[in-house]
Amino acid sequence: MAAQSSASVATLESRATQARLSRWRFRNRRWVGWLFIFPWVIGFLIFDVSALVLNFYLSLTSFTVGARAPQWVGLANYERVFVQDKLAGVSFMNTVYYVGLSVPLGMAVAFTLALLLNAEIRGRGVFRTIYYLPSLVPVAAASIIWLFIFRTRNGLLNLFLGLFGINPVPWLARPEWAKPALVLMSLWFFGQQMVIYLAGLQGIPTELYEAADIDGADALQKLLRITIPLMTPMLFFNLVMGIIGSFQVFTAAFLMTGGGPMNATLFYMLHLYNNAFRYFLMGYSSALAVVLFVVILALTLFVNKTSGRWVYYGGT
Amino acid sequence: MSVSMRQARALGHGLIYLIVSVGAVAMLFPLLWTVSTSLKTVDKIVVTRIALMPDPVAWNNYVKLFDRMDVTKQFTNTMTIVLAAEIGALAICSLVAYGFACIDFPGRDIMFILLLSTMMLPGVVTLVPYFIMWDRLGLVNTFYPLIIPRFLAHNPFYIFLMRQFFRGLPTDLFDAARIDGCSDLGIWRRIVLPMSMPVLATVAIFTFQWAWNDFMSPLIYLSGDKHKWTLALGLNALKGFEGETTVHFQMALSVLMIIPVLVVFALGQKYIIQGVTFSGIKG
Repeated sequence: MAAQSSASVATLESRATQARLSRWRFRNRRWVGWLFIFPWVIGFLIFDVSALVLNFYLSLTSFTVGARAPQWVGLANYERVFVQDKLAGVSFMNTVYYVGLSVPLGMAVAFTLALLLNAEIRGRGVFRTIYYLPSLVPVAAASIIWLFIFRTRNGLLNLFLGLFGINPVPWLARPEWAKPALVLMSLWFFGQQMVIYLAGLQGIPTELYEAADIDGADALQKLLRITIPLMTPMLFFNLVMGIIGSFQVFTAAFLMTGGGPMNATLFYMLHLYNNAFRYFLMGYSSALAVVLFVVILALTLFVNKTSGRWVYYGGT
Repeated sequence: MSVSMRQARALGHGLIYLIVSVGAVAMLFPLLWTVSTSLKTVDKIVVTRIALMPDPVAWNNYVKLFDRMDVTKQFTNTMTIVLAAEIGALAICSLVAYGFACIDFPGRDIMFILLLSTMMLPGVVTLVPYFIMWDRLGLVNTFYPLIIPRFLAHNPFYIFLMRQFFRGLPTDLFDAARIDGCSDLGIWRRIVLPMSMPVLATVAIFTFQWAWNDFMSPLIYLSGDKHKWTLALGLNALKGFEGETTVHFQMALSVLMIIPVLVVFALGQKYIIQGVTFSGIKG
């Protein structure tokens, strides 16, 4: 009896300690959580918040690397972007041309190939790998490789076209051909997108197609009424990422053309790089960056806003 | 009807085969051309018709490339950056992801929304301020600008990826471990990490590709010091020699840059596909 009661007292006591313990733990865990995310919080404050604020501030100054302190110039840098600096406008239009061509083309090619490689043909695994491989190639290496392929005299592409009696095309030597050439090269990288679409295609329930078969739908109807609508979330995602990525295209132009010929491939990012790291006009470059940031943000928001009308979000 | 349908299907498959095969040759040919050119003697590089087989095979090109520039050093420099990025991603980002996924603390949700919003932040707005920060600290032409952000988990995408995976793990296990007196650090190390090998592998591979392929950051921070060059900067320098043919060297160095990525791809193919499809993100 006595033993029993002492035991129950013990359990009561241990319960009390446990409650205290869990209270302590809970209070403790309030800062344990912060402790875990602490490295990121520091990084966030330095590399996101401060950097963003600093960029906006610098864009209102005439800061150069050599200078001691930034000189306040108000909106003069922005005036320069939109009025005096003709190259800013040229590079912006070049970039719009590039984005407008490479993003839709890349999506179309990737989607088509995904459809083809979703069919049950022999060796499709090998084909998928082959199409994916180029997207693994480092952009710097790819640029060097395509620089060689695009040579006007005896470049691989012109030799190939020559087999069909086509005269050599001055791919990177003439302003009217340079941008299409870079778009063509960008298509070499569609593999990654294709893999995303393939995964999406495999996720479409087969019952939908069976039901369509019973209703006597043909292949085109199935594509337009089932496949494409169900793939819109992925198409949407790749559109947004494609826009953000292509607007910041840099390496290919830097390595292959340096912006030439006659500024035909001077992309916005390259122009910004030149201003920042060749001429060290940090204030002006910051203004250039802010403008591109606003454009990308506006485009993303716009695509997002229209997405309700064309993107299918499951079930309901 | 079934016969004609079968015929139609066979015809369709034949057509698909044709298109896909032509496309595959077009995709692969530039790579084969690169390997081929890297093995050609200087006088055979400019060809008037497409000759894929180098004759004679100039293996010597690779040896001469190493004489010409310190490729070994460039390789170790690149690997230093890759390794730092791997440690940052696998150790630090996973800690942060654990905090977001497995601990309930005040302010967590708002911090997570901030994290997600930084994923959409285009790199262009941080280019100049980063440079000024590192310049003021006197750290341009050192590896620190490329390493410190990695150690501070400045990669929201990886944190997001791992956090999603961690949340799918059974919480009963965590509770059991907690009752046994295991700390959060212990749970992270003994339970969460061992159970998260798929997502860790995916992140490791993405990190490798991303750090290995990076061109702009090394260009900005390391191009001033020859001994800090990465392979990509070496390639950039090779291109710059005017008036002499360095094409075979350029191709050889390109091949050397591509091989490690292919090896990593071959080893981790499963995780790459899984990661790409899960995230839907472009490298």
